[in-house]
Amino acid sequence: MTGKSSENVNYNYLRYVKTQDPPTQHFKNCAAAFGVGGLICCIGQFIRYMFEFAGLSGDELAGATSIVLIFLGCFLTGLGVYDRIGRYAGAGSIVPITGFANSVTSPAIEFKTEGWIYGMAAKMFTVAGAIIVFGVFSGVLVGLIYLFV
Amino acid sequence: MKKGNTVFFNNCPRIASFAAVCGSKEKEGVLGSYADITLDDDMFEESTFEKAECKMLSTAISLAIEKGGFTEKDIDVILSGDLLNQIISASFAARKFNFPFLGVYSACSTMSESMLLGAMLVNSDYAKRVIAATGSHFASAERQYRYPLELGCTRPPQAQWTVTGAGGCVIYDGDKGVKIVNGTMGKVCDFGVTDVNNMGAAMAPAVAIIGP
Repeated sequence: MTGKSSENVNYNYLRYVKTQDPPTQHFKNCAAAFGVGGLICCIGQFIRYMFEFAGLSGDELAGATSIVLIFLGCFLTGLGVYDRIGRYAGAGSIVPITGFANSVTSPAIEFKTEGWIYGMAAKMFTVAGAIIVFGVFSGVLVGLIYLFV
Repeated sequence: MKKGNTVFFNNCPRIASFAAVCGSKEKEGVLGSYADITLDDDMFEESTFEKAECKMLSTAISLAIEKGGFTEKDIDVILSGDLLNQIISASFAARKFNFPFLGVYSACSTMSESMLLGAMLVNSDYAKRVIAATGSHFASAERQYRYPLELGCTRPPQAQWTVTGAGGCVIYDGDKGVKIVNGTMGKVCDFGVTDVNNMGAAMAPAVAIIGP
């Protein structure tokens, strides 16, 4: 229940609140997101080249690169570095696969205090669960379109 | 005596003593110098943030009792609350003391609500000495209401920060200390603000529209 009801809403007040909010610096945020996101992708590409050099190809190559990036995302989250990067970079560090790793690892760390099963294991997907649900759902939808078109 | 939503205390309950504990970020702020105990480490030598919150609260309560020159036996009841599920820090803090506990939940206004109720109890002579106390912790509140601490998301510029700290005061029927003359019971006031990061905007109307 969200408790939203249109009769309570005071649009005049909401407009006033909006004028009082400090402005978001779109240009600066976009530049930071572009820089950091690009850097993560460059690191990914570098890892990919290294694996290619080592003799992997096709699905194995893509899998190995993702595994290394996911590991790095989890590792930096555990060290408490990734949230600092995220505060600066915004979408730049959320959108790549490292961001997804961060969204699974951070609740796991946070809820560890409530126990291994009811805490860590049960709450691990509180943030990433939504991504998985809609990811699978849109995958099915696209698959059906692909099947019939 | 009651006038509108405001109650007037004719027997003059007073604040005998008070104590506050605050975290490292609060220490740097303008109110930092007024706290009795400031923490360098927000964990307060505990293993979790919730335990730290509970310890801050019980420290503030026992310090308030001590500063007023009372002992545990002098206290009739404690009114206290916090921001977590089942007001668990307040309940666990009260477990350390040997007086009755009345839990209060009123989010940010828990302290003022417990002082209002405490003053009502003392004024009506149901209790001689009442403790009103509350505590919160930034890290435990973030987890309760928003996202895990380590999640790499951005905070909008208007985002507010939950205080790491606890405070308590002893309200009694004696003749020293600050008088509590009256108190106004607030109304729930919803203007439709849905931004979890902008609690101030959601709460401000309730202060402005108290009404008669």
